[in-house]
Amino acid sequence: MKARVHVMLKNGVLDPQGAAVRHALGAMGFDQVTGVRQGKVIDLELAEGTSEADVAEMCDKLLANTVIESYSIEML
Amino acid sequence: MHAGVVVFPGSNCDRDLAVAFRAAGAKVSMVWHKDAELPEGVDIVGIPGGFSFGDYLRCGAIAAKSPICRAVADHAGRGGYVFGVCNGFQVLCETGLLPGALLRNAGLKYVCKTVELKVVTTQSNYTAGYSAGDVIDIPIAHHDGNYFADDAELAKLRDQDRIAFTYTNNPNGSRDDIAGILSPNRRVLGMMPHPERAADIGHGGTDGAALFRAISGALTLA
Repeated sequence: MKARVHVMLKNGVLDPQGAAVRHALGAMGFDQVTGVRQGKVIDLELAEGTSEADVAEMCDKLLANTVIESYSIEML
Repeated sequence: MHAGVVVFPGSNCDRDLAVAFRAAGAKVSMVWHKDAELPEGVDIVGIPGGFSFGDYLRCGAIAAKSPICRAVADHAGRGGYVFGVCNGFQVLCETGLLPGALLRNAGLKYVCKTVELKVVTTQSNYTAGYSAGDVIDIPIAHHDGNYFADDAELAKLRDQDRIAFTYTNNPNGSRDDIAGILSPNRRVLGMMPHPERAADIGHGGTDGAALFRAISGALTLA
């Protein structure tokens, strides 16, 4: 079984990389882009029986820094 | 004073930190990240700059979960001193020994230059050798030094006089120009600038030496 974890900077935390991507898109003529937030996706291959709560514990302890980041989990 | 300097894969300022501690009169032991215990009698742990574990996942995140960091947290819990520089500051934030986090520099560039720091508080055994308001020249060299903490945490840092150093000309977007902060018991200091790179006449500046002299003096008398 697998899980996919999405990690994003929380709202209100400055995302300079997202801002740079937005500027680049604007410079290329994509004027419809009004904001970009950049995050990361982490795919986990898991032993059968691993629960979403186990994955949440992994997120809290290592995969995300909850001071600045939020996460969501998809069990696949 | 006996200082233990932790070495992670990717640390690159460990020897500089050891040299600065020794120059201030300390005995220094190097400590490998896989060790589960600190050497006997260590008064202060130094967490050096560098790129521990290649900055993978987040700067300092993997180092913060290494065996030695559990021992460092126990040491801090017993009232021991811990000093983190640059990547060491990132590690201390990731362990939760200091509040907040270090984000990518607001300008997105790696910044490597000597900057002016203002000494905000002298109420610590690290900063007692300066006068409040002193402006000192200390090098920075980082890509992720943009200090972030929420409004409540920043208010707490200010109210408890735990901001050790601020930048006079913010190079990285840090909130409140913060360059270094202290723990509530004032024994854990984390800072992005490198005082160990301004501790010898050969470095081109010695404004960082007073920090090492102060902590060594305080812990040798203790």
